Amino acid sequence: MKPLNNRAWFLVTPVLLLVAFSAVIPLMTVVNYSVQDSFGNNEFFWVGTEWFEEVLRSERFHKALMRNLTFSAIVLAIEIPLGIAIALCMPTRGPWVSVCLVLMAMPLLIPWNVVGTIWQIFGRVDIGLLGHTLAEFGIDYNYSQNVVDAWITVVMMDVWHWTSLVVLLCYSGLVAIPEMYYQAARIDGASRWAIFRAIQLPRMKRVLLIAVLLRFMDSFMIYTEPFVLTGGGPGNATTFLSIDLVQMAVGQFDIGPAAAMSLIYFLIILALSWVFYSVMTRDDDQGN
Amino acid sequence: MASIIMDSVAHRYTSKGEQMQEYALKPLNLEWVDGGAYALLGPSGCGKTTLLNIISGIIIPTEGRVLFDGENITQLPPQQRNIAQVFQFPVIYDTMTVAQNLEFPLRNRKVPLQERQQRVEEILELLELTEFADQKARNLNADSKQKISLGRGLVRTDTNAVLFDEPLTVIDPALKWQLRAQLKKAHQQVGHTMIYVTHDQTEALTFADKVVVMLEGEVLQVGTPQELFDSPAHTFVGRFIGSPGMNVLPCSVQENKAEIDGQQVLLNHDYGRPKISWELGIRPENVRLVEQHSDQSALPVSIARIDDIGRQKIVHTALGNHTVHVIVKEGTRLPARPAVLFDPGHVHLYDDAVLVSPPAATGSDH
Repeated sequence: MKPLNNRAWFLVTPVLLLVAFSAVIPLMTVVNYSVQDSFGNNEFFWVGTEWFEEVLRSERFHKALMRNLTFSAIVLAIEIPLGIAIALCMPTRGPWVSVCLVLMAMPLLIPWNVVGTIWQIFGRVDIGLLGHTLAEFGIDYNYSQNVVDAWITVVMMDVWHWTSLVVLLCYSGLVAIPEMYYQAARIDGASRWAIFRAIQLPRMKRVLLIAVLLRFMDSFMIYTEPFVLTGGGPGNATTFLSIDLVQMAVGQFDIGPAAAMSLIYFLIILALSWVFYSVMTRDDDQGN
Repeated sequence: MASIIMDSVAHRYTSKGEQMQEYALKPLNLEWVDGGAYALLGPSGCGKTTLLNIISGIIIPTEGRVLFDGENITQLPPQQRNIAQVFQFPVIYDTMTVAQNLEFPLRNRKVPLQERQQRVEEILELLELTEFADQKARNLNADSKQKISLGRGLVRTDTNAVLFDEPLTVIDPALKWQLRAQLKKAHQQVGHTMIYVTHDQTEALTFADKVVVMLEGEVLQVGTPQELFDSPAHTFVGRFIGSPGMNVLPCSVQENKAEIDGQQVLLNHDYGRPKISWELGIRPENVRLVEQHSDQSALPVSIARIDDIGRQKIVHTALGNHTVHVIVKEGTRLPARPAVLFDPGHVHLYDDAVLVSPPAATGSDH
């Protein structure tokens, strides 16, 4: 019989430890908090699914969740078509390629809180270029007092920051299409729209899937930019789930409900991402 | 359908510094007769694809004019030329079924639904794709994908010409013969002008009524397969067509005698004053291997190698420093002291690689 070789453990253990400390243990801590309550003194007692029920029933959670879903829907509806359109306009060869790519990559290099600060100042009515200019034109714009203005600013900020990602992903899909396909389509008499439908869109499908998933997950988890810009206001108008969660966990120190909410939040993102993924790859099952 | 005239067309690609490179296609005049089946034959990089792309409008030539039925269409984009083209590698529309792929060129041109369906069905049948009609095109193998490309080229009945750019490169050899026959059939049925680019002489000679042989951006000869075989206009044509190709031997010529390495060959015509550094071309099929001294004009050789290719043998003989290929039927006994005998009716003379037409018989008769 072949002797068992236990040396493989030396190779697997570091990974196990790393994953344990980076993911499993923190996650289990949250799970632990979500099913217990404490009156301080580091004494905990079991409450079962009470926190989960409370969170799921609370109007505060429903409203925040609706804000998140609305925000993600708006952001995807703008960024994906806009990203495709910009990618289609970009040159595929020549000296302008690198110029365009650098310009496109620029917003992606700016940290979240800086983006928030930039727009916070940009939109201010007293000194901001945008806010002040609008005020000069007599347009009543104030993101810290008007709900619609706050939303427009948050959405614009996200579009400004992240459309580039969609553009770059789509562009990578577009330049991978051999020139031959365009020649064939032109000879087949295809219109611009037919070329897009028959060649470009199908060939961009895979990168678009990645773009939609990334943008959905990121926009659903948005925290820093609205926090810096509005702090969740005016009122609770831009209090997204993540902001709400931090207020609950750090502000009010309601660790139990906060832990339950984190888990629900996590499961929603996981489930929706899975739905996106399976819907968009549905046709591929019979494929190559 | 139209006759296509290329009037002193030439093309140079521009390199990065906007500087003109050498001619990819040297100035040429060609006429493609309406309904003809043509082959563009030549080695890789000879400019045949450039020529094809000029006809389809993918490339606008830097010089000259292209006329369809007398109308100058040099600057027109491919969409407006009413041309079909099949590329070397399959181009299919991934998301469409096989039938939709074939329908695409018709739908873009707003052909009525009924006619569309009928044409698609005909092409499916011609290319034996009927059973795959409703499958997604991307799930088929490479052979079938290329068939779809071919089908899209053939589906329109009103095209000025159908252009093929080495379409059978990716096809399995056994299927190649079948597809070529189907193309030929399609040509007879619809009567499109067809231009077929290839570097494979068998493909060119079996497909085309007329073959255009190209080398280094230049058209060397346009002719029927028989003409190319019997009287190659250029030593390259002689060497390129036939297997093995024509024997080309450096010689000097005076009157009706050619001299190869000090040995004399009698010619059918009188070429007058002495010419040096000409070449003599003779096909291996027109050389006989005989016993020395059995014929006065036989040239003694030594046998270097024999390739047995089944029903015949290719004998490599050494005539001085030159190799002469001779084709000998299987089962013939080789002479003990061999000599080669050229059939004078099939001897061609070349000056600077170009065929010298024999002088008219009016000259002095020797």
